[in-house]
Amino acid sequence: MPHIGLPEGLPGITSAFAFRPETAKPMRELAHVLLHGPSTLTGGERELIATYVSSENDCYFCQTSHGAAAAAHLGKDAALVEQVKRDFLKSPVSDKLKALLVIAGQVQQGGKHVTAESVEIARQQGATDLEIHDTVLIAAAFCMYNRYVDGLGTWQPHDPAMYSSMGEHLATHGYMTPSIEVVQS
Amino acid sequence: MAYIQLPEGLPGIRGAMAFRPATAKPLNELVEILLHAPNSLTPGERELIATYVSSENDCYYCQTIHGAIAAASLDDNEALVKKVKHDFQNADISPKLKALLVIAGQVQKSGKHVTADDVARARALGATDVEIHDTVLIAAAFCMFNRYVDGLGTNQPRDEAMYRERGKRVARDGYVSVSKEYLPVTA
Repeated sequence: MPHIGLPEGLPGITSAFAFRPETAKPMRELAHVLLHGPSTLTGGERELIATYVSSENDCYFCQTSHGAAAAAHLGKDAALVEQVKRDFLKSPVSDKLKALLVIAGQVQQGGKHVTAESVEIARQQGATDLEIHDTVLIAAAFCMYNRYVDGLGTWQPHDPAMYSSMGEHLATHGYMTPSIEVVQS
Repeated sequence: MAYIQLPEGLPGIRGAMAFRPATAKPLNELVEILLHAPNSLTPGERELIATYVSSENDCYYCQTIHGAIAAASLDDNEALVKKVKHDFQNADISPKLKALLVIAGQVQKSGKHVTADDVARARALGATDVEIHDTVLIAAAFCMFNRYVDGLGTNQPRDEAMYRERGKRVARDGYVSVSKEYLPVTA
């Protein structure tokens, strides 16, 4: 049960957004710019970073919904998403994305874990300053979203069809509007 | 030196914000609502939560600037800010704020660390659902801001007078207003 009186029938962060629309607005906009706005990283690459960090933080709702968004971007390749979560160095993603995932994993542990060496490796694989910046901020932002979702004890149903539909919506429309209607119980 | 080429002369998060105005806008709006907008928790209480979490995350820039904003909101009581960072259970603050700081400290470790007992204790001391929500989100947001500031290797000068002066201005004018100094004007 949630720790506070969140609206019923809304899963994960959508219930917290409905509870406090004032903070939902900038939080939606931040996710939209980082994951859906114009970028030299693809939507699939950015969603994989968000999914990986959410998996490291053990947030079921975030890793499942963003994993579904990543799969929707990547030709429904759910197996690739799983492999990136478990062992991205052996997955068939680009060397540049692997280097960015290393940085994201360091940010997840703490900002001071990022090293000049890991940034240099990403740069050698072709990462730009903006891509490195956005990787750090995506990873940092998911350390917020994950804690928000789990820290309020939100309802996180285990319903693959619901996450798949959310993922399609997020991949297509981004984050400015709700990705889900109230779930009928 | 920062890991990427940030604009010079802007310490901590300000350099990162000026580098990427599109993300700076929602980041400033979020912190404005959480820490500066009208709320049943005072600005001083909310800044103490932000300072405490930043201290637990060992982010020098964030704990120093938010500590200065907290002090500016609390009759310049810098000793109280230090006490809250190091031993809030014995600080001269309300039992309700202590209970909220316990929740913030759990969120800093991870969302799953927050327990029903922690929340029940805060509620028994008068905390409302919105106050508990905002405490969780302030703590979560500073787990982002701290990682952003340290993860880019931003310049964090050891200059207490600079933070003290800036803290007074942010406490008075808020985050969105002072961000206009270093962000481009948008429509």
